[in-house]
Amino acid sequence: MLEKRMMNSSPAYQDFFAESGIQVQDCYQCQKCSAGCPVAFAMDYKPNQIMQMVSLGMKDRVLSSKTIWVCASCYTCSTRCPNDIDIAKMMDWLRQTALREGVAPAEKEVPLFHAAFLDSIRIHGRIHELGMMARYKMKTGRYWDDFRLGWKMFTKGKLKLWPSRISRKKEIAVLFTKPKP
Amino acid sequence: MRVSYFPGCALHGTALEYDESTRAMSGLLGVELCELPDWNCCGASSAHVTDESLASGLVARNLAIAQKQGMDVVVPCAACYSRFKVGEKEALAGAESQKLNFRILNLLEFLITSGLRDKIKEIKKRPLSGLKVVCYYGCLLVRPPKVTGARNYENPKEMDELLGLLGAEVIPWSYKTDCCGGSLVLTRTDIVRRLTQKLLDEALEAGAEAIAAACPLCQSNLDSRQEEISREAGKRYELPVLYFTELVGLSLGHSDAGKWLKRHFVDPTKLLASKGLI
Repeated sequence: MLEKRMMNSSPAYQDFFAESGIQVQDCYQCQKCSAGCPVAFAMDYKPNQIMQMVSLGMKDRVLSSKTIWVCASCYTCSTRCPNDIDIAKMMDWLRQTALREGVAPAEKEVPLFHAAFLDSIRIHGRIHELGMMARYKMKTGRYWDDFRLGWKMFTKGKLKLWPSRISRKKEIAVLFTKPKP
Repeated sequence: MRVSYFPGCALHGTALEYDESTRAMSGLLGVELCELPDWNCCGASSAHVTDESLASGLVARNLAIAQKQGMDVVVPCAACYSRFKVGEKEALAGAESQKLNFRILNLLEFLITSGLRDKIKEIKKRPLSGLKVVCYYGCLLVRPPKVTGARNYENPKEMDELLGLLGAEVIPWSYKTDCCGGSLVLTRTDIVRRLTQKLLDEALEAGAEAIAAACPLCQSNLDSRQEEISREAGKRYELPVLYFTELVGLSLGHSDAGKWLKRHFVDPTKLLASKGLI
């Protein structure tokens, strides 16, 4: 079994993960991260398994996992890790890398939501919730999801028709055009 | 007392009543909230999970504005607060190692460290007596403690103390900092409903009549999803979820309280009327 797993890994990939700067090699598989993870039930690999796969250099499987997109960034894992490994930050790095390398996400909607969210910041400098929701629906085709909820929010004055904009928008535009390292 | 104020996007929209009650409470306490001029979105989860340098840049711009104001910044939204604290660490660790000339405080921290506790006690008009409430802090006010500096990150007590001071019957429970699924709000609503239902069940089990919250995403998930959860579970959930600032405002006798309460999905007015609070 271990031999088979090792076949999927390679030293070059291990170097690749080392770029994250997260000390995954300190992990001794106590599984405290997975025990406390509130969304472990919806993951294909538990956080401790991802740590193991990372240290074995199993790049493709890690980057195409559901886990990296289901992670809710609650930081329970990083807070409780006895070896002080910043597991949540590793998840950030894995998502960023998956996007950069064009790996098809196992949870399609999640990166589309983030894209819609960031679009709103790019355009207005702030989140316009109604516009962001509309943009997310356009991207996913899930037009009717949460429609009732959205309507109720609107009637309670919680969804503004018009965006609140910042005045020095150029300062935000620069951040979006910065070349990525 | 004057402080800088960073409301963030949610407090201008889906969490309007958090902003309204925060401003009302501050007014009564003699605190002038000076909104940071031309602030931008902190980027929340979406920036840091997809683009590290964008996330840093968004926070840095806000910090630069705050630095010019030179006053402590009060941040009611837990997600914004977390991003500000990360930015503070990055500024220190950066090449120019810049120390900020102001503190970044979440609202609870601010009330407790600025000596406003006594003032609250002094001007309290209606005690919250008999109101059984659990305090829910969520993730980002406390975690990761290396960023927030929270000492009691598994069992925070600031909100418990504050509402206790106003006479509420604050019930201890073990779910103060369990995640509500916040960042999956529109994408995996099934996960959000499951996590939220667990929190509601545990609050009810503890004997709470209401949940007090300190984060716009937590409050929104807990309050607005109860109808769907009830449909799925085949039993009725109707547990009011209030911002702690609304409870403080009510106790201090602010006249706008009715306006905030109308914005809730689960109507809290019956419960609050039965305690003589409205």
